[in-house]
Amino acid sequence: MKKLVVSPAPHLHGKESTRSLMRDVIIALAPSLLVSIYFFGFSAIKLAFVGAITCVLVEYAIQKYIIKSKVSVNDYSAALTGLLLALNLPPNSPWWIVFIGSVVAIGVAKMSFGGLGQNLFNPALVGRVFLLVSFPVIMTDWTIPNSWFREGIDASTGATALSIVREGLAKGLTMDEIFAANNFSYAEMLFSKIGGSVGEVSALALLFGLAYLLIRKVIRPHIPLSIFASIVVFSGGLWLINPAHYPDPLFTLLTGGILIGAIFMATDYVTSPMSTRGMVIYGVGIGLLTVLIRNFGAYPEGISFAILIMNATVPLLNSYFKPKKFGKEVNNG
Amino acid sequence: MSRTFSIGGIHPHDHKISAGAAIEDFPLMETAYISVSQHLGAPAEPVVAKGDRVKTGQLIAKANGFISANIHSSVSGVVTSIDSLPDLAGNLIPHIVIKVEGDEWIESIDRSEEIVRDIKATPKEILGKIAEAGIVGLGGAAFPTHIKLSPPPNKKADALLINGAECEPYLTSDYRIMLESPEQILIGTKIMMSALGVNRAFVGIEENKPAAIKAMKKIASKHYKDIKVVSLKKRYPQGGEKQLIDAILGRQVPSMGLPIDVGVVVQNVGTALAVYEAVQKNKPLFEGIVTVTGKCMTEQRNFKLRVGTSFDTVMFAIGGFPKDAVKLISGGPMMGKAVSRLEAASVKSTSALLLLTDEETRRGEEGNCIRCAKCVDACPMGLEPYLLNRLARAGRTEDLESNMVHDCIECGCCIYSCPSNIPLLDTIRLSKAQVLKIIRSRPKK
Repeated sequence: MKKLVVSPAPHLHGKESTRSLMRDVIIALAPSLLVSIYFFGFSAIKLAFVGAITCVLVEYAIQKYIIKSKVSVNDYSAALTGLLLALNLPPNSPWWIVFIGSVVAIGVAKMSFGGLGQNLFNPALVGRVFLLVSFPVIMTDWTIPNSWFREGIDASTGATALSIVREGLAKGLTMDEIFAANNFSYAEMLFSKIGGSVGEVSALALLFGLAYLLIRKVIRPHIPLSIFASIVVFSGGLWLINPAHYPDPLFTLLTGGILIGAIFMATDYVTSPMSTRGMVIYGVGIGLLTVLIRNFGAYPEGISFAILIMNATVPLLNSYFKPKKFGKEVNNG
Repeated sequence: MSRTFSIGGIHPHDHKISAGAAIEDFPLMETAYISVSQHLGAPAEPVVAKGDRVKTGQLIAKANGFISANIHSSVSGVVTSIDSLPDLAGNLIPHIVIKVEGDEWIESIDRSEEIVRDIKATPKEILGKIAEAGIVGLGGAAFPTHIKLSPPPNKKADALLINGAECEPYLTSDYRIMLESPEQILIGTKIMMSALGVNRAFVGIEENKPAAIKAMKKIASKHYKDIKVVSLKKRYPQGGEKQLIDAILGRQVPSMGLPIDVGVVVQNVGTALAVYEAVQKNKPLFEGIVTVTGKCMTEQRNFKLRVGTSFDTVMFAIGGFPKDAVKLISGGPMMGKAVSRLEAASVKSTSALLLLTDEETRRGEEGNCIRCAKCVDACPMGLEPYLLNRLARAGRTEDLESNMVHDCIECGCCIYSCPSNIPLLDTIRLSKAQVLKIIRSRPKK
């Protein structure tokens, strides 16, 4: 007699898997990675490679030898964490910096909470912030290494646009004077920024990544868009009050890792809210905190801290901001 | 512009590979196995005994209690036994077993092809004829139709919705009847409008069935102007009662409520056709359209199948159980039931027999929840399946209730969209039953 398989409905399943989603995020990072290889050459490849490999190995070792659970590194999530961390480091970082950051990201921020899906804070950002407070000199040394493709380029451009602005303001210069003195141009920021971490050389490449994630429906637009909107509103408010002292909103958006943070870090599934309303509040909070830290805090760049702080509010946001229930909020006349 | 419901939903591939197959009469089986429990509610009471000779269309089991439905013989022949036999899930249900001899119909049935347009019956007579014919909802739930058409006196319907969405992948039985008998469906709709005392009706059809929309619109706009054919965006689960009302009228049935709470009654197109046949042609419900389909089969069919035809017989007729198939589903792939034994027989509400291969139907290995919120986005009721699953596994009944687990319509969108293959609906379905039991056991206010 024919044996029939019996199981509850549904009997069909969608094609998406954790692996395919993570792979899509890695694909979305590809344009930025390619641009950074063009600008920074071997050092970009080295950082990305060491980051991804270390994260995968650390996760494998912990799953296999310490917690003795099923090894799940083939879901690409560890590799993605390593890649993201590498793309958020200064291009001239030594290999052991990304190694240490990766160990912290996976070992401390991810696996000690119980692995994929259990962690409260974005692992790549925890790794980055750990490095920032432990190795402040290396982490703020934005010397641009020579690229294979761009030999002869002036390798001494030292600081990011953000720190230049900050120092300038501290000296009592106005924004216009700082812009004029440093030849800042928005066009350059769009295609190849003046200085910054590996992955944020080109705003355009990051926006390509965003478009890919949205088209493939990997993420919804709510988080990145509410971060952008909130930054424009809050930094725009300060700028309108005193344009000589505060950078304009476009400058704020294009510098200091806002794009890579809003597109790739804040949208991390595990550490972001589940409901639409939660996502918007989370995004607005990140934007507000970023503007506050940048303009009034101790660090020139603020989005890493802003995202981590908002990560901590996610459980609360999930329990207060529920999705719209059917039959609850409609006027049936 | 096409309409759709407002929350959640998914877009599975529709696989309507049997859409081109015209309805054909399925050859008469040798033995009919007619269940006395083909509807929601109390099983019917057999009114025949072993050895009795019955005709096609003859009453063989009587509705028993308020929510129940008559059962008629789908064949002519001799009752050989009344026995408990397994249904498709393996539950033992009394079946009336009839050895088929010829095909002699009771005289009162009008077997001519002629369409009877003039509705002579009064609303009361209509309800009586529908109850007499044992009509149940053919959209899946098999709720007795005459009860649905008799709302309590304090509730008034102002519109009738006819469900032609057929949003489940693979199914084409509703599509075929809309194409082949559009006018009969519209007359059935008029009959139900008269029974309900409403002066407008809407037929909702998804855009992936343009020929059905065209056929229905053509006749409705000429002769049945108070029935509006509405084109809907393709989106699952559009055919869910609550979703359909939301899509067509923009009204949302409240939690634990019924469509009548927002002034609506919903019936399936198949039910409308059965109502036409019962009221205009005196034909009880003893056969229905069943799509027999699957990628593993060379031919796709839409059969007119007598109730009580065993699945074995159907498989034999299509050339045997396909080698690659591992699962036989009664109904659609999203909400249909997996058949556990081929000896089980079709019932009034059987709409399809779908054969799936291991590759098509196998669930992937379960992984950790990555909190992607895809289940939250997909849930058409605005629930949080990931949370309900967690609460269900922890047995937190109170939290399950406050998170509205009882609103779940079991459409399967959550499992379908989960990238970690978490069996969300499996755990939610169990805890929903538990919570509903608790809610119903409470004293009424």
